[in-house]
Amino acid sequence: MSAPLIRIPSISVESSSAMSVDSASQDPELLRRLLRAKDRMDAASHEDWPVQRLARVSRLSEAHFARSFKQAFGVPPHRYLLTRRIERATALLRDTERLITEIAFDTGWKSLGTFGRIFRDVTGASPGEIRAQTRPETHELGRVPACFVSAARRPDLTTAVSEKRRRQATAINGSEQKEVA
Amino acid sequence: MSQYVQEVGLYVRDQDEALAFYVEKLGFSVHTDVRNGNYRWLTVQHPDQPSLQLGLFKPGPPVHDEATAQTLHAIVAKGAMPPLVLAVNDCRAAYERMHAVGVEFTQEPMSRYGNVDAGFRDPSGNGWKMVEARR
Repeated sequence: MSAPLIRIPSISVESSSAMSVDSASQDPELLRRLLRAKDRMDAASHEDWPVQRLARVSRLSEAHFARSFKQAFGVPPHRYLLTRRIERATALLRDTERLITEIAFDTGWKSLGTFGRIFRDVTGASPGEIRAQTRPETHELGRVPACFVSAARRPDLTTAVSEKRRRQATAINGSEQKEVA
Repeated sequence: MSQYVQEVGLYVRDQDEALAFYVEKLGFSVHTDVRNGNYRWLTVQHPDQPSLQLGLFKPGPPVHDEATAQTLHAIVAKGAMPPLVLAVNDCRAAYERMHAVGVEFTQEPMSRYGNVDAGFRDPSGNGWKMVEARR
């Protein structure tokens, strides 16, 4: 089971440093209720999660919910939901043969256009590009026995180390020769 | 000579609540429950795994200062503690039983990669994965 390879710089990194200080001061009982809403989005990210629905899960007013969620988890609730949907779509693009349109609708988007645009905003590539980038690799490697797959994925240390050693040796020999001369 | 893990601790928001949860809903039993002033060493164990104790500790004095305790409580409550895994023989049966007694599930049993798993939280927010052990 491999985690989806996904870069979400524009979404997950935002204001985390400022938030970590603030969220420690939030009431744990409130955080526990916010966590419930986050869990619900995780469990069904393809569903619609308007703020009023999430606020109801956490038993909070909409304004209080939206503000507290962002403070607790560093991102506004709807953006958190988008990251989960993109993460899921990326996995489906990589692991299944399904059409991009189907994946878009199954992961909760109402339009293919919106899916493509947000997908690109988040990952920096289109769904088709991500599929092309990630799939040939898993596809081809599926035919290779597992021990060789791990060998193929192992960092190319032998070459790098021996190369480094040779360079160092040359450098030392070079300097010695200079000293001798 | 042998070495093994004897006890692993969890932070909980309320030790009585946690005790009731792990004993009454998950089937653990009390191993040690000792108080010293306002400190309470509380561990439970599973009948099928008597060698491991699960500690249920409340952040606070005398071990933690107020600010540290508050931070720990916040981290637990927002589900940021590391994952815990409970192995069961039959995930769906365990789900039915635990769901009926009010355990808060975050994920219903799901079959993937030939294995069934589910997710739940304890009252404090600690997240558990429940995995069907391969037979």
